[in-house]
Amino acid sequence: MDAPAIEVRGLGKRYGEGDAAVDALKGVDMTIAPGEVVGLIGPSGSGKSTLLKCLGAVIEPTKGFMALGGVPVFDGGWKIRDLRGLRRDSIGFVFQAPYLIPFLDVTDNIALLPMLAGKPNREARRMAVELLEALDVGHRAKASPAELSGGEQQRVAIARALVNRPPIVLADEPTAPLDSERALNVVRILNRMAEQYRTAIIVVTHDEKIIPTFRRIYRIRDGRTYEEAGEGRAA
Amino acid sequence: MISLAGRDILHHWTKYVFTGVGLGLLIGVTLSMAGIYRGMVDDAQVLLRSSAADIWVVQQETLGPYAEPSSVRDDAYRALLGMPGVADAANVTYLTMQIRQGERDVRVMAVGFEPGRSGEPPFLVAGRGVERSHYEVVADVRTGFRLGERIRIRRQEYEVVGLTRRMVSSSGDPMVFLPLKDAQEAQFLKDNDAIVNERARTVANPGLNRPGVPGLLDALLASQTSSRSVNAVLVKVASGHDAERVAGNIRRWKHLEAYTWRQMEDILVSKLIETSARQIATFLVILAIVSAAIVSFIIYTMTLGKVRELAVLKLIGTRNRTIAAMILQQSLGLGLIGFVIGKTVATLWAPYFPKYVLLLPGDAVRGLAATMVVCAIASLVAIRVALKVDPATAIGG
Repeated sequence: MDAPAIEVRGLGKRYGEGDAAVDALKGVDMTIAPGEVVGLIGPSGSGKSTLLKCLGAVIEPTKGFMALGGVPVFDGGWKIRDLRGLRRDSIGFVFQAPYLIPFLDVTDNIALLPMLAGKPNREARRMAVELLEALDVGHRAKASPAELSGGEQQRVAIARALVNRPPIVLADEPTAPLDSERALNVVRILNRMAEQYRTAIIVVTHDEKIIPTFRRIYRIRDGRTYEEAGEGRAA
Repeated sequence: MISLAGRDILHHWTKYVFTGVGLGLLIGVTLSMAGIYRGMVDDAQVLLRSSAADIWVVQQETLGPYAEPSSVRDDAYRALLGMPGVADAANVTYLTMQIRQGERDVRVMAVGFEPGRSGEPPFLVAGRGVERSHYEVVADVRTGFRLGERIRIRRQEYEVVGLTRRMVSSSGDPMVFLPLKDAQEAQFLKDNDAIVNERARTVANPGLNRPGVPGLLDALLASQTSSRSVNAVLVKVASGHDAERVAGNIRRWKHLEAYTWRQMEDILVSKLIETSARQIATFLVILAIVSAAIVSFIIYTMTLGKVRELAVLKLIGTRNRTIAAMILQQSLGLGLIGFVIGKTVATLWAPYFPKYVLLLPGDAVRGLAATMVVCAIASLVAIRVALKVDPATAIGG
């Protein structure tokens, strides 16, 4: 049996010290299998973004345990020194806005990651084009990000998140700027990619249109997560 | 790995080109200032070369004839010719003056010389040399005089019979060469009213107008209307003799000041244009600081404009040195664009300067190096800002 893509136990994050200390995360438990897409929902200020930043190795948790792809990453302290390399090779990010690099064309926006990982330019671009084809935006490979529609930009952002075949992808409200049809299309793509690449995907969302598509949901409230079953409707 | 800096420059090429043009004009001014200084040094050396002398003999305790006024009796050269190691000695006069040409005044240095001796124009580009004893001149082309043109110097009219080139004073004024006697008259002879007044005073002086001494008054009056002074004597040293030693002998035995080529070059370059050189150096420093401030501001604002992209780049694993290199390369790229434009405009507008602007390849290389250093320093603030960008800002909340 595969190790969980994400395993989190008792994860906590405290901002500030003394009387001014705020516990943004008080004890998060979470286990996500490879290829699984789960929703992370909760009201504003509940700790969603803090959890995402901890899982993304962007900020350091205060306590708890975290393993990504079966590799312990945090256990009371970072277990890996090269967090930059960890983010590059093991974690994909999809943001609320696509945040594509405006001075690179679509292909290079995606190919940049494998290039940073040391892949030759030609190989990196081949990987990028392959993924663009899979996401039905192969015909925009040479376009500038500004020439793409919102949906196309988000698909390119998903391709960028997946190009290094990371075991996990963290998607921060990826459908927020999209209409219903395009939002559901993004979810379909995420599901397809998760299955195809065996990538675990956490989708932070407020979007009522896509919440019913998750089979499993983590609801976060006051810094704690509560697991519940989703409807798992087809997107 | 793709060049992030190159892609960003291509993406914002209009911004880069326009900023580069502005910076380039500033660099062009900087290079021109350096060229003006080089031109001043070259003018000084041209003056020395055109004199074709090994030693300048001038009035005692003066830095003449270019840096200070100097007056030497015009028969002093005879005594110099008799000294060991002196091959030739020639009288010269130098007078900076304005010559009227039509509606404009031309500022020139009038050089009095003896044809065939040191001090004459070394070459001509048109016409012939001065052949008659009076009222002929050879002029530098920058005076704007034409062959056959008649010009007025003091009370006499002169015909331009020849043209020469790059014959200028240490101030950059073009030279006009005229016969020594005419030049002495132009420089030392008083005007008619002054002569009449001087004669009246002499006649009225009982000590000078003595009835018992016939001929004294006539001799005195004659001496007042003739000029027996020159500004310097140019000495050529005989082969096998040391100029320093010959100059030392002249100083010791003839009670005159004597400068060798090296000493005169030191006077012209170090002393005469020292203040101007310091002025230009100060201006160059200010321009370098202004250029650094402009590049720094541009790169800084451009970096602030892509904080979100930098956060994303850092989040997806881009190394700090890659980001720093991107900003440094952009700054250097801007400097390179600016330098190419600056060098081009400095070359194009150099001929239109009233003074000689000498753009040396070595100065261009030094200018390029200085530009790159200034741009590298200017990028430091932006690099600092970029490296402080928190990758977490790419994630909402």
